[in-house]
Amino acid sequence: MAQLSVEEVGRYGRQLILPEWGRRGQESVKGNSVLIVGVGGLGCPCALYLAAAGIGRLGLLDYDRVELSNLHRQVLHCENRVGVAKSESGRDAVKGLNSHISVTTHTVLLDSSNALSILSQYDIIVDATDNVATRYLLNDGCVLLGKPLVSGSALRFEGQLTVYGWRGGPCYRCLFPSPPPPASVTNCSEGGVLGVVPGVIGSLQALEALKIASGMEPLYSQQLLLFDALGGGFRTIRLRPRQPQCAVCGENPSITALIDYELFCGSRADDKDKRVDILDPELRVSPQEYSEVVSGGKPHLLLDVREEVEYQICHLPHSRNIPLCHLQNGSLDATWEWILETTPTANDPTYSVFVVCRRGNDSQLAVKLLCEHGKAKGRGEEVVIRDIIGGLVAWSETVDPLFPKY
Amino acid sequence: MSELRIHLEFSGGAELLVGKTKHHDIALPHQPHPWSLRQLIAWIRDNLLKERAELFVTGESVRPGILVLVNSTDWELLGQLDYTLQPNDHVIFISTLHGG
Repeated sequence: MAQLSVEEVGRYGRQLILPEWGRRGQESVKGNSVLIVGVGGLGCPCALYLAAAGIGRLGLLDYDRVELSNLHRQVLHCENRVGVAKSESGRDAVKGLNSHISVTTHTVLLDSSNALSILSQYDIIVDATDNVATRYLLNDGCVLLGKPLVSGSALRFEGQLTVYGWRGGPCYRCLFPSPPPPASVTNCSEGGVLGVVPGVIGSLQALEALKIASGMEPLYSQQLLLFDALGGGFRTIRLRPRQPQCAVCGENPSITALIDYELFCGSRADDKDKRVDILDPELRVSPQEYSEVVSGGKPHLLLDVREEVEYQICHLPHSRNIPLCHLQNGSLDATWEWILETTPTANDPTYSVFVVCRRGNDSQLAVKLLCEHGKAKGRGEEVVIRDIIGGLVAWSETVDPLFPKY
Repeated sequence: MSELRIHLEFSGGAELLVGKTKHHDIALPHQPHPWSLRQLIAWIRDNLLKERAELFVTGESVRPGILVLVNSTDWELLGQLDYTLQPNDHVIFISTLHGG
């Protein structure tokens, strides 16, 4: 058992006098190590509380760098460390908070080749990642090594928390034997997230990790905490026990070594935005080409297919907002009416409709929908509908740097 | 015999598939046999899903990544698809989150 110095006794006094914790708990925490995988919205608050509470050794793993759009929720990072590796930014922050603890950084993308050697250096693993493939990888790695996994997730106004693989409890695969279809998975960049929501869940992950490290029982083994910041508050759900037929922790496991998780999940081990490429090149224009249409005063329509809330953040002048979901749900006829009504001379071949969205994915889907619908209804052959490649992000990056990116 | 009234809840993003509404009080029509969760899922597919049913249903069950709870208990503990719905049951469909 690690011994406490005089300074540490003074530092941790407020929790040392808790009878459930005491000197024994504090010494046990000092003798334990925790790896936080993902130094983002969940990992940052988790690291803060683990460091503040005096965890002996903290590992911070992240391959990514700090961006301005991270700072509303990733509270270890700060303005003057934008561009710095998150693992190193996180280390600087927690070392400033508590110089007694040891911090190791792992600036790598966790995968099947490196996971076991990294995970094996720690007693407790915190899943603070942002994608399905890494969640399965961490689960299997922790089962194979026999380590508890404190798992959290957050999106929009909701958060979830569970401890997997604790003293015979279920693992992630017991609950989710098959990965979700990639089309059903939303990331924080697309779905949005209110910063304090991962803050709440990440703090609770720290609490669960500390309870385990101090020798207490975690609250959420075989239990799922649901946090709904909009209307539901906190709820706890009783989960199934470990499943005897589980592929990794069951009685006859078929997974006895790490597999290819990107292949298994059909999605990449990051939460970066996926690129769609479904249109013929002649139905696409670059932001520069569109800016020449505008500066040349050529008559055209600009259809912005983002959600209304995004349109209200920023939009190009003279654009009209019809969200993609409206097009998918019966607004195609009305949209065609608008296009044909607004087209000044019905057979003007120079007349164009341009479709724009945030990144140039939904705009392609919208062009495809409009063209197919037009063809089916025998209308609009005189109108050329094209999308703007890369959307408003590319517009901001290549034409107008003053146009906001979010 | 009368209809079967139950409460449905969708969360974790699953509510986006049912008109962006989390809570639904529904009345299932009377039928000779008791309602099972299997039949409820088919009923939801036919009556509540506004779009892209494949993001909710796979075969006769929910798609991978959706947890089903009846009165705060994992349906795996209750017989899964074969569970017989009772009046005023609270059935929750939770899409698991992956963001962080």
